Amino acid sequence: MKPLTSAASAVLAACALTALAACGSSGSSSQPSAQPASPAPGGGPATSSATPAVAQFPVTISAPGGPVTIKAQPARIVSLSPTATEDLFAVGAGKQVVAVDLSSNYPSGVPKTSLNGVTPNVEAVAGYHPSLVVTDQDANGLVAGMKKLGVPVLVEPAAASIDEAYAQITQIGQATGHLASAQDVVAGMRANIAADLAKAGTAHSDLSYFWEVSANPYYSATSKTFAGSIAAMFGLKNIADAAAKAADGGYPQLTPEYILSAKPQIIFLTDNQATDGGQTPAVVAARPGWPAIPAVKNHEVIAMNDDVAARWGPRLPLLVAEIAAAVESAAGK
Amino acid sequence: MKPRRPGSRAALIGAAAAFVVAAALVSVFVGAANLNPVAVATALAGKIPFLGVHSGLSALDSAVLFQIRLPRIVLGALVGALLAVTGAGYQGVFRNPLVDSGMLGASAGAGLGATIAIVYLGGLGPAVVPVAAFTGSLAGVAIASLAGAIGAARGSLGSGPATLLLAGIAVGMFLTAAQTVVLQRSTQVLQQVYSWLLGSLSGASWQQVIEILPYAGVSVAVILLHGRHLDVLSVGDDEARALGINPRAVRAIAIGSCALAAAAAVAVSGLIGFVGIIVPHVARRLAGPSYLTVLPLSLLGGAGFLVLADTLARTVLAPAELPIGVVTALIGAPAFIWVLRGTRAVDT
Repeated sequence: MKPLTSAASAVLAACALTALAACGSSGSSSQPSAQPASPAPGGGPATSSATPAVAQFPVTISAPGGPVTIKAQPARIVSLSPTATEDLFAVGAGKQVVAVDLSSNYPSGVPKTSLNGVTPNVEAVAGYHPSLVVTDQDANGLVAGMKKLGVPVLVEPAAASIDEAYAQITQIGQATGHLASAQDVVAGMRANIAADLAKAGTAHSDLSYFWEVSANPYYSATSKTFAGSIAAMFGLKNIADAAAKAADGGYPQLTPEYILSAKPQIIFLTDNQATDGGQTPAVVAARPGWPAIPAVKNHEVIAMNDDVAARWGPRLPLLVAEIAAAVESAAGK
Repeated sequence: MKPRRPGSRAALIGAAAAFVVAAALVSVFVGAANLNPVAVATALAGKIPFLGVHSGLSALDSAVLFQIRLPRIVLGALVGALLAVTGAGYQGVFRNPLVDSGMLGASAGAGLGATIAIVYLGGLGPAVVPVAAFTGSLAGVAIASLAGAIGAARGSLGSGPATLLLAGIAVGMFLTAAQTVVLQRSTQVLQQVYSWLLGSLSGASWQQVIEILPYAGVSVAVILLHGRHLDVLSVGDDEARALGINPRAVRAIAIGSCALAAAAAVAVSGLIGFVGIIVPHVARRLAGPSYLTVLPLSLLGGAGFLVLADTLARTVLAPAELPIGVVTALIGAPAFIWVLRGTRAVDT
């Protein structure tokens, strides 16, 4: 017996892909008032600049999924999103976090549990007696279930742009009573990223790249995706954009002979770690026909930090730095 | 349907072989890389010894043709042939037109094996997935056969094929559930696992062709040699025994070789549905019920069908690609209904 009919599994695969990489991008962009908590680089909202660091509760967060009111500074936080976990620890709310989901693996020492963020169990989450739950998707009736228990749920879905990623960090700071430090985190990220962009240059339209999400079949990410938008800051040309029309959510499955004939000068591997496909640069170089690709010939196949490339948290500057280094190297050839 | 007159068997098999060649020829000239057809023809002629034709393709275009497109066509033909002949073989063994190559826990076992490899054995590199799928597929059939034997010994349905079929369905569901449990342990691999479950020839290589060729050769030879035995089985176990054939032995040999063939296919392509059902049915419509003809016809028809399906998968949305399982179902389901429309009971 096949576990699923082909059509049904096609839908599931699309869902899985969307959930992993692109979930919620449309939902968040449809919220025009989603970013009041996002400060401009120079000055934050009036509320925070006057009395920094002192928590102001109750607070209402204009989250992408709608306003969330938090009555008092949460002492027990459960994170069901690896990105949110990174955000929480980066803004200084780590001590309030009592449990994180099984995919949260950074920073080291997070209170990892068997909680599943993709198929959450409301009872299991409630068992940690949280005063705030942070997640990246409202699956299995999580928000409704926690509402019955009076626990606010902050849904911070996959960011569609770098500004949304900054806004989420600020919101998580606000929700946990660490707004000022969240603003510092964002300011630091902006400075790091600006420095890398200035160093590597932003006008590399002569350089094309292939962003490998997974191999066999080869899923890629177009410029419309979050990862693609980061690479686009350098002016790079994305070979998957030609397939953008066919792509559902910006993640097309590219046919390998197109990848070869598009002659990308850089290949970014986000599936190279053992837990994520094991497609190392050596594996890529051994693929039949691939040595003819300029990126393979010139050793511009970049083993990215898969987690950083798939998340939209405080380690974003690391992703930018990895791309910047590749751009500088490839531009010199 | 009445059996055709003698001689039509050779004609049908010849036509099916021509279909495979035609499908391969269409496939070799189209693709996302838009290679010049004349250059492709010249490059192919250049591979013929002593002809002295010089290929005009660039190194990169040559790599596209000889290392991406050609092995994919050959692997597609092999997988299609294996899936279709296995489907036909199982249908003969179980005297049931609804069984296919993934029966008896074969697909579910392969899915569980691949998922375990992706979730727990990632450190061993990507090459471990096909091995795990192959092993899982064979293990699935072994467990189902064991369960069927226990059921036949103790149950009331007897030792007929129905008991084994039901045991296979139960084992398949169990293995699928086990796979889901394993999948819950890691949410990061969802996409990898679902991509595998959908089936793909995207990573086809000559190495894969060489790897499955021994399994394919042995299993197909055994299945084809049992055409006459399957014909005798179709009249019933008692009648077969009267004709000097041991039904249980024939079933065991046929199931073993079908399991091997299906495992070889699933190892390199993931789960591709519908080929094992639709192709043997078309073969029966054309040739009548005799497995002497249905088996080779399914073998060739499956090869041509999957080559065409994969050609669509890699060209319809080019440079993007459709999962091949979606294409076989999109073509296969309507075609299947069309075939059913004209099927009479005796065909099966």
